[in-house]
Amino acid sequence: MIDLVAFIPRAIGQSVPLLYGCTGEIITEKSGNLNLGIPGVMYVGGICGVIGAFAYEQATRGGQMVGFLAIMIPILCSLLGSLLMGLLYCFLTVTLRANQNVTGLAMTTFGVGFGNFFGGSLIKLSGSDVPTIALSRTSAYFSCSLPFADHLGWFGKIFLSYGFLAYIAFILAIYAGFALKKTRTGLHLRAVGENPGTADAAGINVTAYKYMATCIGCMVAGLGGLYYVMDYASGIWSNDAFGDRGWLAIALVIFCIWKPGIGIIASILFGGLYIIYLYIPAGMDHMELKELYKMIPYVVTLIVLVVTSMRNKRDSQPPASLGLPYFREER
Amino acid sequence: MSEKAIELKNITKRFGTVVANDNISLSVNKGEILALLGENGSGKTTLMNMISGIYYPDEGSIFIDGKEVTIANPKDALNLGIGMVHQHFKLVDVLTATENIILGLPGKLDLKAAEAKIREICDKYGFVIDPKKKVYDMTVSEKQTVEIMKVLYRGASILILDEPTAVLTPQEAERLFLVMWRMRNDGKSVIIITHKMHEVKEVSDRVVVLRKGQYIGEMDTADCDVQKMTDMMVGHAVSLNITRKTPVDPKPRIEISHLTIRDEEGVVKIDDVSFTANSGEILGIAGVSGSGQKELLEAIAGLQKNVEGKVFYIEDNGDKTDLLKLSPLKISEKGIALSFVPEDRLGMGLVGSMNIAENMMIRSFRNGPYVEEQVEKNKAEALQVIKRSLNPFTDRKGPRKLAETVVEDLNVVTPSITTPVKNLSGGNVQKILVGREIASKPKVLLTAYAVRGLDINSSYQIYDLINKQKEAGSAVVYVGEDLDVLLELSDRILVLCGGKVSGLIDGPGADKNKVGLMMTSLEGGSDEN
Repeated sequence: MIDLVAFIPRAIGQSVPLLYGCTGEIITEKSGNLNLGIPGVMYVGGICGVIGAFAYEQATRGGQMVGFLAIMIPILCSLLGSLLMGLLYCFLTVTLRANQNVTGLAMTTFGVGFGNFFGGSLIKLSGSDVPTIALSRTSAYFSCSLPFADHLGWFGKIFLSYGFLAYIAFILAIYAGFALKKTRTGLHLRAVGENPGTADAAGINVTAYKYMATCIGCMVAGLGGLYYVMDYASGIWSNDAFGDRGWLAIALVIFCIWKPGIGIIASILFGGLYIIYLYIPAGMDHMELKELYKMIPYVVTLIVLVVTSMRNKRDSQPPASLGLPYFREER
Repeated sequence: MSEKAIELKNITKRFGTVVANDNISLSVNKGEILALLGENGSGKTTLMNMISGIYYPDEGSIFIDGKEVTIANPKDALNLGIGMVHQHFKLVDVLTATENIILGLPGKLDLKAAEAKIREICDKYGFVIDPKKKVYDMTVSEKQTVEIMKVLYRGASILILDEPTAVLTPQEAERLFLVMWRMRNDGKSVIIITHKMHEVKEVSDRVVVLRKGQYIGEMDTADCDVQKMTDMMVGHAVSLNITRKTPVDPKPRIEISHLTIRDEEGVVKIDDVSFTANSGEILGIAGVSGSGQKELLEAIAGLQKNVEGKVFYIEDNGDKTDLLKLSPLKISEKGIALSFVPEDRLGMGLVGSMNIAENMMIRSFRNGPYVEEQVEKNKAEALQVIKRSLNPFTDRKGPRKLAETVVEDLNVVTPSITTPVKNLSGGNVQKILVGREIASKPKVLLTAYAVRGLDINSSYQIYDLINKQKEAGSAVVYVGEDLDVLLELSDRILVLCGGKVSGLIDGPGADKNKVGLMMTSLEGGSDEN
């Protein structure tokens, strides 16, 4: 039987990057922008945080690190990196009205390459023997959990054993759900994604909303990359280690029918499926089964895609103008 | 005379060389319903769009409550208390009525307060609306109510309705009129754009008539009659010198009996219509726009789903085939040469990004190579070939040759036959479409607004082509909006009014004003049929 107390914290840890990506992409898609560059954005968010942390660790070598700076420098670097990615995407698709799919895919390729290039460079700079950078001092600040969590047994392990970025992910998802439903900004954003012509006629600045939503969405997603390196991977960056979590995050958006609240549960489910192969005893004789287990999240995504496409409920449909550039009609 | 709410002085608006509004002056009083009457293209909507800030007038001035104002965009108009409800609704489907109504307003989101205000307005004017209902669950009438609410919620005192009853059932229209009267009694001004006489008579206090962009006149509804309004609307007959030869040996070709067409929402568009179109004859179809002309042609061509009745195709030897509910492909597989020139040229007729030769292929690509020549020789045999043809390659030579012929014969102005059709002017696009359709030597030719947007020369070339088809023995059904042309081109004219036949008259000697009257009221043609 699976050891749940060991499994659940790993699944939740695994779910946090997905949740960041999912929340960010929902905010973006609600504005009608289908940002397939999210995997690239998460890479950029991760590597920019690494660069910031690396610089600060180098600067304080041998000395004492200030906790506040050790946390804020990587976070700000990460936010800046993903913000620039978001601005680039918006400039191309909103201002220049480039095709969103092509732009997104190009940005993913670019983001991964950007991450690997600077990752490789930093590895060279640090002169380490293995192809990784270890930022364990910074990571210690990020993965620091509440001091009394260890004394609370299984409860502490399941609920309190994470770094602060994990909690922020859940808070952000809940707040995004609230904002979309209950605030005027959220209402306007939904209108922009559904029917930009109508929103425009109602005096809503469509371009501004698209820029805002996409950039905020990118920054949120970028934090997912940062969390992965700093907390989940204990500050160890190695090229391509982030894998295809970005794509899973996009699949999650469809799975949770554009509702960030459902995204929380869905991301934990996907996080669990992502690592379940480690916890199912397959024995040494049947290594091939492990490979099959690794497929589960993707199979689930395919099934979900089929189911959501068949479902005809209007509220579960993607924003009506998703992926379409907006031209104001000739006046 | 009561106080003026809005006054327009010498408004002129041009689009390129076309004068859409020519020096128009009119005013609306507080607590008055003004009907703006005119045929399609008379400039009613353009004029109202200038009040609501969508267009900006080239010349002239607008006064609100006696003060001159500048209306640069829809927001300015709303701030001045002007709201317009367009024919095409601007609503977000997945949002509720309330959310749509308050969309774009500033401040904290308080749906409860908004709902309360909406209920209050509902009670005041007699609307029935569920604030929590999603737009995608609404009927057209409810959507229109939401649109009107949007305007009232923002405190508009001048309400413009662009053909509001076009999408409503008679009962829904009655309810809308009630609301309009309550608004009038509340001191608001209402402008209703329409081309339906009975509405003008029923709902308005005063009527202003426009024709071809010009102000023709106005009168109090109380002392105007339908005949007078129609005369003002259609004007005097103009001679166009279109040749009309006497039909040679006309035989019934298309026989339509008791045809009823409903749209997707179940609204009846064509109501129990029967007529016959003869070979070698042009049957003109007249009617104000939206009387069901489009649906009628589409039903014959096999493009309407919700149809009842019979549409017979009659061979020379008298054999009848029911075409109703057959797809265009099925119709052509039966060997019936039916051509349709739809009103939406680049949407339904041609593919804009494809070149002329490729557009020719759209009709012939199924045949595969070499079949074309066989069609010339023996039709029955060729049909067998088509059915048996498993050849995966298309014939490109034939269409290319056809494209060259069309370009040459019809004087299409184009750099080459490999130019995408969307890069050509409207007249040339239309020639290519008509050229393709008549190349298949149709026995039936359906044309909808064949000369819309074309200059005089191109129009005459199209009339010529249509006349040639008539001489070649096709049954031509011509839907047009210019009455003068219809009267000179058609051998017989079928007049539609609100989806019903209001009369069938002979083309030669037809009286324009009488046709105009038949178009606007069913009673107008009662002495005829």
